[in-house]
Amino acid sequence: MGDNTSPLIRLENVCKSYHKNLVLENISFSVNRGETVTLIGPNGAGKSTLMKISLGILEASSGEIHRDKSITIGYMPQKVMIDEVLPLSVRDFLYLRPNTSYADVAEALATVRLTRLADHPVQSASGGEMQRILLARAILGKPDLLVLDEPVQGIDIMGQQEIYGLIAKIRDETGCGVLMISHDLHLVMASTNQVLCLNRHICCRGSPEFVQRNPEYHAMMGRPMEGVAIYTHNHDPDHDHEYHHGHDHD
Amino acid sequence: MIDEFILNAVIAGVLVAAIAGPLGCFMVWRKMAYFGDTISHSALMGVALGIAFDSENPIIMIATCSAVAIMLLFLQRDRRFSSDTLLGILAHGTLSIGMIVISMMDHFRTDMMYYLVGDILAISERNIYTIAGVVGITGICLFFIWRDLLSLTVHEDLAHTEGVKVNRIKIIYMLLIAFLVAVALKVIGVLLITALMIIPAAAARTISNTPLQMIMFSSIGGIVAVISGIAASSQWDVPTGPAIVLCATFLFLIGRFNIFKKAG
Repeated sequence: MGDNTSPLIRLENVCKSYHKNLVLENISFSVNRGETVTLIGPNGAGKSTLMKISLGILEASSGEIHRDKSITIGYMPQKVMIDEVLPLSVRDFLYLRPNTSYADVAEALATVRLTRLADHPVQSASGGEMQRILLARAILGKPDLLVLDEPVQGIDIMGQQEIYGLIAKIRDETGCGVLMISHDLHLVMASTNQVLCLNRHICCRGSPEFVQRNPEYHAMMGRPMEGVAIYTHNHDPDHDHEYHHGHDHD
Repeated sequence: MIDEFILNAVIAGVLVAAIAGPLGCFMVWRKMAYFGDTISHSALMGVALGIAFDSENPIIMIATCSAVAIMLLFLQRDRRFSSDTLLGILAHGTLSIGMIVISMMDHFRTDMMYYLVGDILAISERNIYTIAGVVGITGICLFFIWRDLLSLTVHEDLAHTEGVKVNRIKIIYMLLIAFLVAVALKVIGVLLITALMIIPAAAARTISNTPLQMIMFSSIGGIVAVISGIAASSQWDVPTGPAIVLCATFLFLIGRFNIFKKAG
């Protein structure tokens, strides 16, 4: 389990480039036990890339990644498409996780309230059910760190709240750390400790309330701040931050 | 009384089919049918090299097929070319080398047909030992990697995060195919090896509910196809390789159209 107070994962000045194109610039952050860190950013901001670097799926071009070797990680990838040619039940899909028993699988399915689907082909699950199945796979093996890539993708608002609630509950019960990607700050605010706004570099970071009030966040998301009408956006000097947010707001 | 050459053919065919089906399941799941074709086309280059060195040593075939598989892995690093394109290049490049080298051997007069569809009735006892050895090793390797291979087939990044050595397992799987193709060439030929992997697997899909069932049924289906194919070929004096493939196809059609099952 390692030291209980040291971060589960810590990135320092991580950079990543593809074909001389810098896609991530000087990213530093850490995730502690019992803490939720949320990555927010527009499409192409490098969120998934950063997540894969954190997991060791991709190599960073430079910088350091300190991942406690003794911790177990549960990962929920963005989209899993399983071809119909593979006869795989939901139970067997979960059982693919190494060192799992069918009892563990049943417990994980109960946690995400999908016990009734255990014998169904995994391909027959709806979008929302699939996300919960993936969450069940991530929590198998009692992870110390949950890494979730857009856990609510393609789910309606009600379902989104349910999934975020489930994630917060799992975190509070097990004391694991959570690193996740989200599109919607409002929905994750209640359960997030730290928000990182990512657009190749970290534009701003802090508590959800701080980020919500930060003009960098609104500029990054290409949306005006609340209370500012859209048609004035382009003429409002307060929001002309798109091209010069090369500094951190710690 | 069964003739010895028929018996040898049956033993060799059953051995190959027993492992071709399970390897074929992963080929079907991973959509790698063209990879099987490429390796079997390259086997013809192995034949040519064997003739050039005047040796029937199976190591030459195994080395050639493995080299092509590793060459593919190397070429895949350049992302400008898709695997599909690279496979096309390797398949036809090696096939052409094989045919040109064979055509240059003046003293060598044989029917190319044997390499294309196999010459199962000419299998010797020594061939059987080689086949049994390779099939045994392949089976043992597959037994140890199948769960990891299945996991990375479903999702590579997820498997990686859960501790599966993704690249190592992928290379082992490709080499297992290369091994099988190398020894199956004489049994069923360059053109039909992939069929013996793909068709029993596809047939097994129609009656399977779990991956393991599909692996088992594909093995059984392949064995049934080999035995009935050899029987049909000796009964009606038709080429054995195509007869085996047709029997497998027949099994697939039975499964696909639920001929023995209630409509589903």
